[in-house]
Amino acid sequence: MSEARGRFGGIREKIYIRRHHITLPGVKIAEEYPGLYEYASFELPQEEFFLPGHGLCASCTIGVIARHMLKVLGPDTIVVNPTGCAEVSTVVYPRGNWAVPWIHVAFGNGGAVASGIEAAIKALKRRGVIDSTRKINVVVFAGDGATADIGFQALSGMLERGHRVIYVMYDNEGYMNTGIQRSGTTPFGASTTTAPAGRKVPGNVTHKKPMALIAAAHGIPYVATANPAYVHDMVYKFKKAAEADGPSFLHILQSCTPGWRFEPKYAIRVLELATETGYWVNYEIDRGEFRVTMPVPKRKPVKCFLQLQGRFRHLKPEEVETIQAVVDRDVAEINKAMGREVIGPVDPSLACITPRGK
Amino acid sequence: MMQATLRERQIEQKRIALTGNHAVALAVKMARPEVIAAYPITPQTPVVERLAEYVNNGELDAEFIPVESEHSAMSAVIGASAAGARTFTETSSQGLGHMYENLPIAVGMRLPIVMGVAARTYSAPINVWGDYGDVMSMRELGWIIYIAQTAQEAFDTVVQAYRVAEDARVHLPVVVAYDGFWTSHVLQPLDVPADEEEVLKFAPITRNWVRLDVDNPTQLGAVGTPEWYWEIRWQAVEALRNSAKVIEEVDVEYGRRFGRSYGLVTRYMLEDAEVAVVAYGSIFGLVKKAVDRLRKEGIRAGALRLRVIRPWPTWHLQKYLSHVEKVLVIDRSINHGGPQLGPMAVEVGATLGRVIHCALATVGMRAIDSDMIYEAALKTHKGLWVAGETYTVGLRGGYE
Repeated sequence: MSEARGRFGGIREKIYIRRHHITLPGVKIAEEYPGLYEYASFELPQEEFFLPGHGLCASCTIGVIARHMLKVLGPDTIVVNPTGCAEVSTVVYPRGNWAVPWIHVAFGNGGAVASGIEAAIKALKRRGVIDSTRKINVVVFAGDGATADIGFQALSGMLERGHRVIYVMYDNEGYMNTGIQRSGTTPFGASTTTAPAGRKVPGNVTHKKPMALIAAAHGIPYVATANPAYVHDMVYKFKKAAEADGPSFLHILQSCTPGWRFEPKYAIRVLELATETGYWVNYEIDRGEFRVTMPVPKRKPVKCFLQLQGRFRHLKPEEVETIQAVVDRDVAEINKAMGREVIGPVDPSLACITPRGK
Repeated sequence: MMQATLRERQIEQKRIALTGNHAVALAVKMARPEVIAAYPITPQTPVVERLAEYVNNGELDAEFIPVESEHSAMSAVIGASAAGARTFTETSSQGLGHMYENLPIAVGMRLPIVMGVAARTYSAPINVWGDYGDVMSMRELGWIIYIAQTAQEAFDTVVQAYRVAEDARVHLPVVVAYDGFWTSHVLQPLDVPADEEEVLKFAPITRNWVRLDVDNPTQLGAVGTPEWYWEIRWQAVEALRNSAKVIEEVDVEYGRRFGRSYGLVTRYMLEDAEVAVVAYGSIFGLVKKAVDRLRKEGIRAGALRLRVIRPWPTWHLQKYLSHVEKVLVIDRSINHGGPQLGPMAVEVGATLGRVIHCALATVGMRAIDSDMIYEAALKTHKGLWVAGETYTVGLRGGYE
């Protein structure tokens, strides 16, 4: 517990420093091969299925995720959208921003509603109501609260029963729709309205719930993490998820202007920094094979990611070091699992903001 | 006599013996649902066990989703129904409570889901036995609510429920309730169609509700702001109100084809009654026995059974009970802290525009017999029980 410094050191009974376990029973590390980090090129249609005119915040990256998701999945897709930012911002009667069938039922049941839809499509194909050769994607588009917290059981049930559903979790690391409350994926040290930065407790003292690994523990065919700042990586994962022979799960980091408190122009920058600092690692577990899809030869200090955001502004330098220690451990675990250094060491000489176009 | 009855019936029937639960399962099977999602809870479990057997034996071509909770059971049938499938689920008590937040959503989306409820009381203390606490907690949500008396009626009502729910004038979810244990677990004789296809002929899958169709994309479950919520919800209110005539129409046609119909309410010797007992569920047989005894003793007693409580049979109650001087409602659920402690007594009193008599019985499945009902009716008749109060039948230290 030597890493717990600053105010974290004073509340040791409230915290632990996570030991991240990447390796899961049955999961092996993908062998290195030429072209491992190249992406199959495929065309995205010009046609838009996530339509403009929605009520998402300026620079909200939910739109980036939804738009590219539907460009990959196409019109034969049914979207299940549990309660959250995406839901309240995109279908407000009489306006709708989805050019595909869409349903919102409640907060904690995305997995169950999708299970029912998928089962119905199967039965209706057998009875000749739906053309049996037609592939219809069923996708859950859910926030972190609807996935990691209130919808966790419904998600687990859906994965365990093997429904062919693509589950996309957009993770803005809190209950942003209801006003920035802490969720199971709020990171260590972030200030939220229900885990506020106080004189004694400096914000949230729990670790981000490792949803992709939890999903992978169900033994499903495809699991990945993604980041909308790296669209080529993200769309490739949508494609693989859609082609999976069973349930698939995508954990996608999503920057949130009011919740993370950064200037709207930094929506993509802050996501880049999440990956560049090793705070967020893009990987996939494809039929039991683990691979990091976005290696980072040299890391920027996590401070670069934190200092762009108001939710971490209360942290003292030694408390930032505590978070750096958490990231270092997570990265070490991934490198250990991979058997080589896919995420490199921190290089303090790197500028936090890399100039564009250089 | 038997031959005459058979001639009147257009459809050939066979007599079998089933518990209420298995009668419901058979009716569901004959209605050919496409998706069934369910979670076990006493006393309904044998229904979904039997349905799972039908599916796994190849007798019913449906997807059976053994979900991880009742919340997910209702969510899955909402998803399946929204995708255009005929659906079924069943629950009781805490299971109903667990799926509760989804119940009004099924109404707002106008999904023709059919659900069975083997009625059971709510915890605590935990009690797996039958009373109507669970069913009564559904009254404000917009579901059509049937309460069946027997296994036969439960069978017939499930078939009617699909026809009503999927009628374009209705498009609402329907619950078919019956007594946990006293109906769900008691082996009873019943007539069922010899040819299963007759059920699907009577209640064909209409698939005419608004649903998720990739060729005609719709959004279900939009945000309804204060500018729109009320108008949208009001359509469900009007649909429920107008469903009464569809329920009656379907019941009459069912009677013509299958030889049995029940009405929104069932009457017994009410024409000249001076005291009437109103009840629901399996105990109506005991009520009729008590009425017979009172009649033998020269008291002009009668009885009425509530079969459909949503939509509320206002007109029928006014027509059949207005002339009756004393009306005693035997309630099987506690309306905690209410003006009278029986939920149906409050509603019957409001319908008749006067204060009526109320007694609670069978709470937590406390035993009851016809003599106890006879005593209650007699006390009402003699003026020993006061209108507006709540009395108890069978409670130690209660109000008798």
